[in-house]
Amino acid sequence: MMNQILIAGFGGQGVLFAGKFLANKGLIEDKQVSWLPSYGPEMRGGTANCSVIVGDEPVGSPIVNEPNTLVAMNLPSLKKYENAVVPGGLILVDSSLIAAKVERDDVRVCYVPATELAKNAGFSTLANMILMGKLLKESEDMSFENTEDALKKVIPARKMNLLDVNLQALKTGYEYAE
Amino acid sequence: MSEKVLMKGNEAIAEAAILAGCRHYFGYPITPQTEIAAYMAKKMPKIGGCFLQAESEIAAINMVYGVAGAGKRVMTSSSSPGISLKSEGLSYLAGSDLPALVVNVQRGGPGLGGIQPSQSDYFQATKGGGHGDYKMIVLAPSSVQEMASLTVKGFDLADKYRMTAMILADGTTGQMMEPVNLSEVEVQHYDKPWAVTGTKMQREHNIVNSLFLEPEELEKNNFARFERYKTIEENEVMVEEYLMDDAELCVVAFGIAARVSKNAINEARKKGIKVGLIRPITLWPFPKKALLAAAEHVKQFISVELNMGQMVEDIELATRCKRPVTLCNRVGGMIPSPAQVLAAIEEADKGGQA
Repeated sequence: MMNQILIAGFGGQGVLFAGKFLANKGLIEDKQVSWLPSYGPEMRGGTANCSVIVGDEPVGSPIVNEPNTLVAMNLPSLKKYENAVVPGGLILVDSSLIAAKVERDDVRVCYVPATELAKNAGFSTLANMILMGKLLKESEDMSFENTEDALKKVIPARKMNLLDVNLQALKTGYEYAE
Repeated sequence: MSEKVLMKGNEAIAEAAILAGCRHYFGYPITPQTEIAAYMAKKMPKIGGCFLQAESEIAAINMVYGVAGAGKRVMTSSSSPGISLKSEGLSYLAGSDLPALVVNVQRGGPGLGGIQPSQSDYFQATKGGGHGDYKMIVLAPSSVQEMASLTVKGFDLADKYRMTAMILADGTTGQMMEPVNLSEVEVQHYDKPWAVTGTKMQREHNIVNSLFLEPEELEKNNFARFERYKTIEENEVMVEEYLMDDAELCVVAFGIAARVSKNAINEARKKGIKVGLIRPITLWPFPKKALLAAAEHVKQFISVELNMGQMVEDIELATRCKRPVTLCNRVGGMIPSPAQVLAAIEEADKGGQA
């Protein structure tokens, strides 16, 4: 099983951080992983995305052209990548920021008001991790195990005080039911 | 420590260089390789090394020349336009037979081009770049692990043969993160009796120089250098062959293009197409023997590149044009998709030359 994940949104939403979390979790679980950011002009104030591959076989191309899982954190990203998702794939939508619905009927879709949930819980910048929590829940080859260890690898030492809220955000997403 | 860590390709190069004993780094920032300089800026002062952001690429390569002349391991890194600026210095390093490691994390060109990945400096790297008859050892990593291992290898080969080794990477391998194990690094040590280290009044002066006004002497140096190049071509070729044993078609690709090609080859194999991959790890010396041997049993070569087909003529030369070589490419910062490569393989399988 190779889970090809594409996380896309605006610069500043924590798209790259969310991807790093998944990649590190995969590494801890002895899986084959790769993480590839968009590093173009978009990271300077436009759309940003990152390709993460987690699986049992060696990773070939690190570029996710046809994701199994798309995490869309803004409308342009949903529009751009919706049709690239493989049939039977999963699309996670931050429904606080995206009013539109997914037009396809051959994919699984979860609408999570991540930005609103984050704001209400007092960690308004962690919509990304709420979506990651939901992703862990909805992906058959993923679980909530090792999340704390993975977070410890991606949160810089000087910001380790944010470990708990990141965990809470992941839990919020994991437990969210539409 | 045998633990695997997730690192960016650029960071892996920097850390591997330090493990290889490099304590001098000179550079000038340019996307997509700036993480190398950033890593060096952070680390070098802590380990008694020297990080210096030069006033220009030209200054940086000449600082490399100075440290190389003193016999210390030294490196610089840049991306395509910056390597053009360094090319004069590369020629001087060659003319003075100095070892150095130069990293090119390629971006689209020509000119300022773009900042997205490319392989369009293949000619520049493998055919010289600067003026005069010279070669560089050119190493093409296709994973973050290789970004590290080939950096160490590059320093070793540079010292062994007294010449420049270049890591020819691309924006994708520089920016991507993969697990990397840095505990397997084994560093060779080479004596450098030619280095300019002070005579202490106990030996003759060593002279590091690329100016030889006597043509006989200059010719002798050129001949000697190319004798060394011949040894390298005999002994230092590195190549990966993937599913080549029964292959009837052969994809040739390096770096990120080889990664994409493997996906396509796996798909093609599922469809019963007998296709394999030859991945040059050294672009110079080029794996001529592996290609010539493949020409005996494959009916066509497909060169997958992020340029306009610069490697095609090397494949044709290596195989003496025994089999057709077609090109599957994207340029300008674009990367061929596995589907595009698969289509080229299927076209070749039908007998058409894609």
